[in-house]
Amino acid sequence: MTYERQKDFGTPEVLSETQVTLSIDGREVTVPAGTSVMRAAAECGGSIPKLCATDNVKAFGSCRLCLVEIEGRKGTPASCTTPAEQGMIVATQTPRLEKLRRGVMELYISDHPLDCLTCSANNDCELQDQAAAVGLRDVRFGYDGADHLGAPTDTSNPYFDFDPSKCIVCSRCVRACDEVQGTLALTIDGRGFASMVSAGQTTDDFLSSECVSCGACVQACPTATLQEKSVKEIGKPERSVVTTCAYCGVGCTFRAEMRGEQLVRMVPWKDGKANRGHSCVKGRFAWGYANHADRITSPMVRESIHEPWREVSWVEALEFTAGRLRTIREESGPRALGGITSSRCTNEETFLVQKLVRAGFGSNNVDTCARVCHSPTGYGLKTTFGTSAGTQDFDSVMHSDVVLVIGANPTDAHPVFASRMKRRLRQGAKLIVIDPRRIDLVRSPHIAAAHHLALRPGTNVAVLTAMAHVIVTVGLVDETFVAERCEADAFEEWSRFVAEERHSPEFLQDVTGVPAQTLREAARLFATGGNGAIYYGLGVTEHSQGSSTVMAIANLAMATGNIGRPGVGVNPLRGQNNVQGACDMGSFPHELSGYRHISDGDVRSLFEQDWKVTLDDEPGLRIPNMLDAALDGSFRAIYIQGEDILQSDPDTRHVAAGLAAMDCVIVHDLFLNETANYAHVFLPGSTFLEKDGTFTNAERRMQLVRKVMEPANGMQDWEVTQALANALGLGWDYTHPSQVMDEIARLTPTFAGVSFDRLEAEGSLQWPVNEAFPDGAPVMHEAGFVRGKGLFVVTDYVPTDEKTGPRFPLLLTTGRILSQYNVGAQTRRTANVVWHEEDVLEVHPTDAENRGLKSGDWVRLASRKGETTLRAKVTDRVAPGVVYTTFHHPETQANVVTTDYSDWATNCPEYKVTAVQVAPSNGPSDWQENYAELSGRSRRIAPAEPAE
Amino acid sequence: MSDQERIAGIVAEHEGREGPLLPLLRDIQAELGCVSAEAEAQVAQALNLSRAEVHGVASFYHDFTERPDPRPCVEICRAEACQARGVEALMQAARDAAGDRVRLADVYCLGLCSVGPNAKLDDAVHARLDAAGLVSLIESA
Ligand code: SF4
Ligand code: SF4
Ligand code: SF4
Ligand code: FES
Ligand code: FES
Repeated sequence: MTYERQKDFGTPEVLSETQVTLSIDGREVTVPAGTSVMRAAAECGGSIPKLCATDNVKAFGSCRLCLVEIEGRKGTPASCTTPAEQGMIVATQTPRLEKLRRGVMELYISDHPLDCLTCSANNDCELQDQAAAVGLRDVRFGYDGADHLGAPTDTSNPYFDFDPSKCIVCSRCVRACDEVQGTLALTIDGRGFASMVSAGQTTDDFLSSECVSCGACVQACPTATLQEKSVKEIGKPERSVVTTCAYCGVGCTFRAEMRGEQLVRMVPWKDGKANRGHSCVKGRFAWGYANHADRITSPMVRESIHEPWREVSWVEALEFTAGRLRTIREESGPRALGGITSSRCTNEETFLVQKLVRAGFGSNNVDTCARVCHSPTGYGLKTTFGTSAGTQDFDSVMHSDVVLVIGANPTDAHPVFASRMKRRLRQGAKLIVIDPRRIDLVRSPHIAAAHHLALRPGTNVAVLTAMAHVIVTVGLVDETFVAERCEADAFEEWSRFVAEERHSPEFLQDVTGVPAQTLREAARLFATGGNGAIYYGLGVTEHSQGSSTVMAIANLAMATGNIGRPGVGVNPLRGQNNVQGACDMGSFPHELSGYRHISDGDVRSLFEQDWKVTLDDEPGLRIPNMLDAALDGSFRAIYIQGEDILQSDPDTRHVAAGLAAMDCVIVHDLFLNETANYAHVFLPGSTFLEKDGTFTNAERRMQLVRKVMEPANGMQDWEVTQALANALGLGWDYTHPSQVMDEIARLTPTFAGVSFDRLEAEGSLQWPVNEAFPDGAPVMHEAGFVRGKGLFVVTDYVPTDEKTGPRFPLLLTTGRILSQYNVGAQTRRTANVVWHEEDVLEVHPTDAENRGLKSGDWVRLASRKGETTLRAKVTDRVAPGVVYTTFHHPETQANVVTTDYSDWATNCPEYKVTAVQVAPSNGPSDWQENYAELSGRSRRIAPAEPAE
Repeated sequence: MSDQERIAGIVAEHEGREGPLLPLLRDIQAELGCVSAEAEAQVAQALNLSRAEVHGVASFYHDFTERPDPRPCVEICRAEACQARGVEALMQAARDAAGDRVRLADVYCLGLCSVGPNAKLDDAVHARLDAAGLVSLIESA
């Protein structure tokens, strides 16, 4: 297979109802009105020479290489900036044009190093291609004039270099940063001959500039000026495979470009409907963890967690594990066994893990880490609308007029979607942010929130109910929508409830900290500003009132008629790549795939016939209950695939105690993670680059993950689960994940129409895909709600039990940052650490002053549950009384301080509110020291036995 | 008053104005004698632009300088009409007269093409310059 770049149409696609037909070099072509002549030519197979145009940024018209002749028009207009018109007759290759183009090219080449043969972009360079295309033979101007050949290379970014001597100043990089990424980190410094691309100001290099390392500029650059270091090191790719990012819920698709068995670079796939050719630093660059030295590729076992690990063969590991599981089941019954599925793994892998637990172990003790993030979404949206998922696709935001972001930080956690949202905001849509912290969206170049409601952590429900109060009492309800689409009684009850004086912004402002006037204006804007869309994240769900908040959001959307068309809707921004899929696949103890209750006999018998087993008809244990049950001895064995519950779950000490009490902890992962400190069996996992399967992103979009290299551990994760099942005598015989998907489709009406063949042919499908929605559903609830009529639910604000007091006067809230991902198992093992070496605690200047703290000081962060130490950063991004940190690094163990309070409906832990105290400190806490010691001891691997 | 406070004052004067960037940069250059990297960053923050954007604009115009240059400045037109009317022949004399004391800047067209060679000192444009005229203009700076 030979390597080819993805086709570049030169200018972006135009959406228009009107079509125009024109003739280009004698060929007729019909395109939407507004399409450039350049793109029209590309659509009919032609290719006009070009340098400054590329199809992910607007045309610029600077290089003058793309000139054409148009009948009846004077001169030679640039085809990239000339819109196609009805009846136009265009010539793209004439002697006159050729001469002009050669002249332009001569000028470019006269100031370009002629080291093509040793250049890393050789054969993958548009300047080279175009020089050939215009037939350049010699350069009349010679090479003696002034040039830029001595300019030094900027190597500060860990993933790409900037070598200005090769720059043709086409501004594609600058425009990509502005238009595609929306960071505006690049500019052209100076003018005329002195013009040079500059990251930030004269005093900056790429690393110190505003650059967030998304790589859009590198992708846009036609020369080797901006180029991936990996291409320089490994060489030009030879083949490419399209696959899906395994980091976040945006679900960007990439061409994994390979040279032999080595990954050279990831290039966002322009046909990917979630990302449309863009990506963030994690997906594009942070894949180095796949071959990190810490990766474990051989199975390991040990009798007790106090012993060092022993590397063993797969056969021995599986026998050891199956033996332990059998013994425990005989001694304590099936309900002593359970499993945890991973939001990082594929749908097929997740489905198999829950099948193993239900059909193999014989209990329903299966849960997923979505418990710790989006279970309230499932519950809240199912109750109000009838399905546990977001209502829109990402493209929908381009039709929004008012965007409400609550408890989410898209520029850090969902960067590619945030770029799209920012583009819409730059076009004039209004923004309301509800967040205790001044996230970047509140104010960053060309983006400013109309209203920022900086509420006290834990008061989401009060704020949303107050907004509803304004909408109802001022008479801004969309009466027609409510009358047609929602249950009347429930609406009546709800509107009486929110109209009560105790829900007015004035009454609640002391509780929420949001001035009544600001809240009223925000409510008014949302109700009257046109298409209103709500985006929310973990700042909504990870609360004791997480489910109530989700329902309050749904209420707000229904009351204002913002459901069921593009530009509106309720959109959870899912954290992990496959958290939607993991939930869909039956990972919860009470639900089979497609959110059907385990107590439903009809559903159960469907599975029982297919699987030829009898299923337990009672819901199993949730993660926190498994841990509790472990402490009293009734829960003894757990299979954990791709999760690090010790680091990611709240109240670390409780998790540690629960795990330590079990007799068989099986960790199936890439690395010896923190949870593995308590494990008896370690089964090495495979990376997303090494497996086939599907992920489902936050838009319910199912996309293929394709194997680009052989698993370093010898088996894809689904094969490992199958091997374990077979060691228990289950006799599974899947030979490819597509067969698992066929089983899912057969057993789950929501996915009835999904198959690998269709995904292969169509690129992606947004569920439901079945008789009612044969091609899937980008927007849900268009004609009516899935549950019939929308249900308004009364959401009473109940303050969390976690209260500040004299000992713990501050509120801690947690989040994440762009360059790191979740517990950091992957990103900490890449060069992304240059942007985030450690977790820091953000403290407001007033609180810092009261405690005598400066930025960079070590501080002790203590709650009722525990304490840890980390460095302080003094900033007014947080309000007085609020402190904030991330949880990417195990040394910090921020979850040592979080409590085990949780959402009333789903047990989703309350990460977002913890009462704490902060004081100066001079070193690690006792827990950190003890844990570091244990962790060091527990990670020992015994030297291999000498061969006989 | 620190530079930062002076810039904040200038920013405040232009508040609410449409297209405030160039007038702001001009006032900063006039007040502080330069538009430093710190000034660019402060303006970017105030106008909600990126630092790169402000730098792109500031570096485009020769009238904005990164560091203050306290020397007087004579701007000499070197554009086509003035070239045709002989400005190039005056340049060596101009350089000798300026030495290190006066800064010479090239400009391209002062709008008086028919009466060149032309040069500008402070706010006054001087036309029909010959070598002696230009030298005495430079000496008077
Ligand atoms: S990597 Fe992204 S953010 Fe950085 S300069 Fe390039 S486009 Fe801009
Ligand atoms: S760095 Fe690349 S994209 Fe940017 S101006 Fe230079 S050649 Fe064009
Ligand atoms: S981490 Fe998310 S936004 Fe970044 S490339 Fe992957 S899917 Fe896209
Ligand atoms: S491609 Fe049209 S002017 Fe450069
Ligand atoms: S060319 Fe010198 S003033 Fe116009």
